[in-house]
Amino acid sequence: MSQPRKIHVSTTVNGEPKEFLCEPGQVLSDALRNNLALTGTKEGCTTGDCGACSVLLDGALVCSCLVLAAEAEGRAVQTIEGVAGEGRLHPVQQQLLEHAGLQCGICTPGVVVAAKALLEQNPDPSEEEVRFWLAGNLCRCTGYDKIIVAVLAAAADMRAA
Amino acid sequence: MSLAQYSSPPTLAEAMQALAGGTGARPLAGGTDLLVQMKLGLRSPAHVVDLKRIPDLMALTLDDNGLRLGAAVPGAVVTANADIARTWPGFTEALGLIGSSQVQGRCSAGGNLCNASPAADSVPALIASRGVCHIAGPGGERTVAAEDFTTGPGTHCLGDGEILVALQLPLPAPRTADAYLRMIPRTEMDIAIVGAGVSITLDESGVCTDARVAIGAVAPTALLVPEAAAALIGSTLDADSLQAAGAAATAAASPISDKRGTAEYRRKVVAVLVRRAAAIAHSRITEST
Ligand SMILES: Cc1cc2nc3c(=O)[nH]c(=O)nc-3n(C[C@H](O)[C@H](O)[C@H](O)COP(=O)(O)OP(=O)(O)OC[C@H]3O[C@@H](n4cnc5c(N)ncnc54)[C@H](O)[C@@H]3O)c2cc1C
Ligand code: FES
Ligand code: FES
Repeated sequence: MSQPRKIHVSTTVNGEPKEFLCEPGQVLSDALRNNLALTGTKEGCTTGDCGACSVLLDGALVCSCLVLAAEAEGRAVQTIEGVAGEGRLHPVQQQLLEHAGLQCGICTPGVVVAAKALLEQNPDPSEEEVRFWLAGNLCRCTGYDKIIVAVLAAAADMRAA
Repeated sequence: MSLAQYSSPPTLAEAMQALAGGTGARPLAGGTDLLVQMKLGLRSPAHVVDLKRIPDLMALTLDDNGLRLGAAVPGAVVTANADIARTWPGFTEALGLIGSSQVQGRCSAGGNLCNASPAADSVPALIASRGVCHIAGPGGERTVAAEDFTTGPGTHCLGDGEILVALQLPLPAPRTADAYLRMIPRTEMDIAIVGAGVSITLDESGVCTDARVAIGAVAPTALLVPEAAAALIGSTLDADSLQAAGAAATAAASPISDKRGTAEYRRKVVAVLVRRAAAIAHSRITEST
């Protein structure tokens, strides 16, 4: 079989215009990591179950392992690399550190991207709402409680700011 | 993941052309079924035709004709719409049960229907609320009732080059409400072993004048169960009528046994869920008036 023709993609990643060439069957998580060297986005399960690959696509929280890279054409992608401000962690990141909400860290970029998305649409979530929202972010290390506490603390920080 | 061709046509006509003719092309909505199946080697289309640049597939309108929901609109867009949630709480909750927040960012009601899993969560709710499928194809446009769309596990009524364009939910009659319940072995992120969608209409005196009952995951396709609805119509949804509706659902079910649950268990639980969903729909009407 002949090699599939590569697709030229023009997109925006964390506010910056980016271009890359991808295979038709390449997924966005792979293109972010291997074409654009944005390795903050992790790949765990690659089938939509673990949330390590969470990014925003045109503002919607998605698993980038279940998005074709070519779908990003003309759309805006936000990854973990765009979360921290200049020299300053986002409150979700800061509180994950304070509360030891990470150990190995493989789930953390996805947790941060997902939690930030929640707090932007719901600044004062209940514990249950946080747990429900993050049900698609699997963590093998922390036992979740510390993550939930950190996200609730970050929400409080953001409301006070 | 090996794939020879990807395209994202901006019009229905171009998408139909790409899909027609048995060339091994397959439509893509949110990809939460299709891309997983491709990664697992269960499907290997030669060409993936992304439907999300076609305006009709991504449109959502709510007016006197009810809801017209573009087949590729993501779940998160539907559940964030307070008017839809108020008018069809059961359908909205059913769609919102699919997967995680991340899956909600992509999964569509159209994809849930077209994937044709017997356990698809939004389908019994769609059927209960009298959903109609708008289909476009090389031969023109047609509509199919939601209960007639799926023909078996993984199969549906779409012909060569046909695309599901939108789902229509007619505006409910006054004093009507719907509800959907599912049973899963875990508390979230799991596949239903039983699903039940119910829509109830009451008159001023509290007598049920119309009802629809649909069940999922207990037969090769989601089923409309007119016998269960008949047990409710004319009653005040008293315990005996709910019991009879549940028994009718059990009688209509032909479940399989698998690692999630035995056939016997599913037959029993489907009756419970039909009763409870009818009671929830009932209380939604009485509490809002
Ligand atoms: C982690 C995870 C959890 C999940 N949990 C649930 C759950 O709880 N309940 C549940 O019901 N499902 C669940 N699913 C399955 C899936 O998310 C749903 O079935 C979803 O609604 C599929 O929609 P989609 O837009 O992603 O479809 P796609 O994957 O894009 O498409 C599904 C199928 O339909 C075809 N298709 C799509 N749109 C059209 C169209 N307009 N016309 C013709 N054919 C079309 C495609 O070719 C494909 O075969 C889960 C999936 C994942 C990954
Ligand atoms: S890698 Fe995407 S959800 Fe696990
Ligand atoms: S910190 Fe290790 S998986 Fe979450």
